[in-house]
Amino acid sequence: MDVEREETRMPLLGEKAPDFEANTSQGTLRLEDFRGSWLVIFSHPADFTPVCTTEFMAFAQLYDEFKKRNCELLGLSVDSVPSHIAWARNIEEKTGIKIPFPIIADGNKEVAMKYGMIHPGQSKTETVRATFIIDPEGMLRLILYYPLTTGRNMEEILRCIDALQTSDKYNVATPANWNKGEKVVVPAPIDQESAEARLKEGYDCIDWYLCKKELKEE
Amino acid sequence: MPCILPDGSVTESAKKVLSAAMEEKSPEEIAKAAGLPLFRVRSSIRELTEAGFIELKDGKYLTTEGGRKKI
Repeated sequence: MDVEREETRMPLLGEKAPDFEANTSQGTLRLEDFRGSWLVIFSHPADFTPVCTTEFMAFAQLYDEFKKRNCELLGLSVDSVPSHIAWARNIEEKTGIKIPFPIIADGNKEVAMKYGMIHPGQSKTETVRATFIIDPEGMLRLILYYPLTTGRNMEEILRCIDALQTSDKYNVATPANWNKGEKVVVPAPIDQESAEARLKEGYDCIDWYLCKKELKEE
Repeated sequence: MPCILPDGSVTESAKKVLSAAMEEKSPEEIAKAAGLPLFRVRSSIRELTEAGFIELKDGKYLTTEGGRKKI
C-alpha cells in the first residue's frame, strides 16, 4: 500500500515560528497567545516515561527562572490531554513538583510536523526532544534537538535565553560557555580603519578581531 | 471549548476572567486582575467572546449580561 508522505521543511532560525492552534492541558492555545513573551516550545517522546519525567520535573523546578526572563514554557507530545493531566498529577503526587505550564496534545502530529519534531530515524510515531526558543515577535531564535535517550539540560536553555536577550539589548555576542554577568564579545570591526582603532578602545582584546568588554547593566 | 464545560457552566479560570472584565479592561489588565498568565487570558477571551459571554468595546473587553450570569 502506498503511504502518502507529507513533505514539510523544518523551520529555520530567523524565520517566523509556524502558527498553530492546539488542544493543551490548559485549554486551546495559539502561538499568537504568547506574543510579547519569549516562549520555549519543547517536545518529548511520551508521557509516563522516565527521561521525560525527569525533564518535566527539571523544567517545573526552574519555572520561576523562566518567568523572571518573561519566558513561558509549552510542552508537546502526541499523547492526549487526559494523559497529560494524569501524568502531571502523578508527578505531583509522587514528587511534590507541580507542572505549571501547558502541554500540547498533538495526537495528529500537526504541530510536530510543522516544527520538524518527528525524526523517523529516531521514531516514526514519537517526537524527539526538540526545543524551540521563540522571541516576543514570534521569530525562531534558537533550536536544539536531542535524541530520545538524552535528557536536556534546562540550565543550558536558560543560559541561551540570557544570551539571546543580552545580544538583543546590548548589540553584542556571547562567547563559549558564557554565563550572565560575564564579559561579552564586541562585534568584529567592519573595516580596516575600525580594526586598527579597536585595540585602542579600551576593550579586553586578544587581537583586533576578538575583544571582550564588561556590560554595564541598565 | 475548554473554558466552557459541557453543562454550559464555565471553569474557575474563566470565572476569574469574567469577574475581572466586569469593568472594561485590556487582556493585560485582566491577566493582572485575575492572576492568570496572559496567554491563558487571551485563549479564554477568544472562547468567551465566541460564546457571547464577553465583548470587545472600544478596544477593551467587557463581560456581557450572559457572562455575568456565569460567575
